[in-house]
Amino acid sequence: MIEPIAQPQVATSAQGLKVHEVSWSVKGTLIVDGVELHAPHGKITGLLGPNGSGKTTLLRAVARLSTPDRGVVHLDGDDLSGLRRRELARRLAVVEQHAGTDLDVTVLDVVLLGRTPYRSALQSDSEHDRALAMEALHLVDMVEFAGRKWGTLSGGEKQRVQLARALTQQPSLLVLDEPTNHLDVAHALSLLSLVQRAGLTTLAALHDLNLAAMYCDHLVVLRQGRVEASGRPHDVLTPKLLREVYDVDADVGTHPRTGRPLLTFHPPAEPASELVHAAGRVRVSGGDP
Amino acid sequence: MSKDPLDGAGAAAPTAQTPRSLLLSRPGMPAGPAGAGTPVTLSSRHADGYAKTAATTAAAPSAPAGRSPVRAAGTGGIVAGSAVLLVVSVLAAVVIGQADITVREVWTVLTDRLNLSFLQVDAVGLGAQQPSAIRADVIWEMRLPRAVNAVVVGAGLAVVGAIMQTLTRNPMADPYLLGISSGASTGAVLVIVAGFGSGLVGVSAGAFAGALLAFVLVLVIGQRSGTLTPVRMILAGIAIGQLCNALTTFVILWVADPNATQDAQFWLSGSLAASRWSSMRIAAIVLIIALLLCLWRARALNAFAFGDDAAASLGVDVNRVRWTLLVACALLTGVLVAVSGAIGFVGLLLPHAVRFLVGPDHRLVLPLSCVLGGVFLLWVDTVARTVFDPRELPVGVVTAILGVPAFIWILRKKQVRA
Repeated sequence: MIEPIAQPQVATSAQGLKVHEVSWSVKGTLIVDGVELHAPHGKITGLLGPNGSGKTTLLRAVARLSTPDRGVVHLDGDDLSGLRRRELARRLAVVEQHAGTDLDVTVLDVVLLGRTPYRSALQSDSEHDRALAMEALHLVDMVEFAGRKWGTLSGGEKQRVQLARALTQQPSLLVLDEPTNHLDVAHALSLLSLVQRAGLTTLAALHDLNLAAMYCDHLVVLRQGRVEASGRPHDVLTPKLLREVYDVDADVGTHPRTGRPLLTFHPPAEPASELVHAAGRVRVSGGDP
Repeated sequence: MSKDPLDGAGAAAPTAQTPRSLLLSRPGMPAGPAGAGTPVTLSSRHADGYAKTAATTAAAPSAPAGRSPVRAAGTGGIVAGSAVLLVVSVLAAVVIGQADITVREVWTVLTDRLNLSFLQVDAVGLGAQQPSAIRADVIWEMRLPRAVNAVVVGAGLAVVGAIMQTLTRNPMADPYLLGISSGASTGAVLVIVAGFGSGLVGVSAGAFAGALLAFVLVLVIGQRSGTLTPVRMILAGIAIGQLCNALTTFVILWVADPNATQDAQFWLSGSLAASRWSSMRIAAIVLIIALLLCLWRARALNAFAFGDDAAASLGVDVNRVRWTLLVACALLTGVLVAVSGAIGFVGLLLPHAVRFLVGPDHRLVLPLSCVLGGVFLLWVDTVARTVFDPRELPVGVVTAILGVPAFIWILRKKQVRA
């Protein structure tokens, strides 16, 4: 009745996620343009890039929430487009940046949704499902919240519950779309720590470059739908790249505790000096009637 | 509990020192950032890891805190209780009204007509009490079919409402408020006027076509750049509903049948006064098929709680589920309207009441909406036909009096997305 829980993985199949030549366009405009990407097994890969660079679109293509115009996505050697949707949901779980519902669901209800791809229509949740759900809640430190209503949770708690739901799918790949966007700094740090400790192959779109530097083992930077750079955080996050991709000036140092890159951004120089000039002109013209 | 999850946790048996995780027991899994140790001991508060979780689950396997009390009482109890409620309600509805019919008369007629006279047992007060032929006809040809029709229509409308609220993520969805019932009325009236006859099959088919067309129009008008917002959808539904009602009235008055006013009232706000055994056949069959179809998709429907993308990423074939069920809803609405005209608010009220009782799980919400929807409309119709006896109040008037305050309550409480 209980299927084996740990799927013993053959070392050779643990290749992580490989995205090959994926393109996606809307009304003739290329949003994602021939992206080539490798998210190594068991590591967190951060997907960076300014707004509109195609991060979310690429994640949707990976999770098959939209169909790319061309290109293939392989997970541990298997072409994801060849899997049935249920099969896909057992191998890949998604956490959106903002999940909401009007329904009076409890935290445990939400986490048990993660068992959907494993259960047939009328089968009720087994004890095994519940054990998995409680385990996942435990992993995100939300066990005491099992009976709470979704609507009473804070933003950070909601994201942790969604992460627990994703873990309950027992995926080999976690896809996170700006999971910390609506969270304050403490909740953002704790969520990414939990993701890190889960130890799954993870592809996460992130906005906050310092968070990305702190938690990602591997970074991929998108710009106008193309991969601009990829590699280890120290190699990718350079002042030159930040200048080119994000149009900001920054110093890149080293975090005193983690040894990861630490970015310090400069206020934009030009508009400020224009303001000074404008203020000066106003004063001059006003003081000389 | 004893062996299953632990056995499954992999080759290495769990020990007290290294509790293995159910979720994260893959070989070669890296430790946390600063060598955080075993992956399960994420929090110092639960340093005993899986063992504690297992204990929690073992202690409360079926009713964790926060589940609704009714759910904790057990599905079996709920089903049995609502079935009893349904039978008692039907008997009561047949007895209530002019002619002072007794329960024993009803029992006698029922067992006679169904060839079950051996159930007439004097010892328990259910012996034969032979009513006159006229009284027997009132019971068998008027009261009972009307009660059963009310149950079928109420059950169907409640199921349609529950499905629509989930699939459109709109807590205010209701076949009447979205103009679908009105579309069905227009379709039915057009079929009758066009001379395809007033046979039940033709009228039902016309009503189905009208319902489907109205539904598609509402979905098209109600969306903007691919997203459906509840308020836009309701506004589109009101517009389409008004248009359909105008068309229905126009066609009926154009034909100018002597019964035109009565006909218009039937199709616009519904009535069960014309109920016969024959009128419910198609509706009952479609209801059973649609209910089974929806129950088969109950788990998928639960996965829609966080939207289409969330459902898709949980393995649900969103488009197939949505379109099969929405077409089933249009079909069911069509055949129900062919029986009773357009009765409003049952589909809005009942699913909310049921979710309040048993929580949002569709495996419970759907069957219970079905039974309680039937009971609800049966009692509403009983009130409507007796309160101003011998004049009848249109049943839609009573459902609106009950439904509109509920509509306002939902609008205020649910923070409906504009």
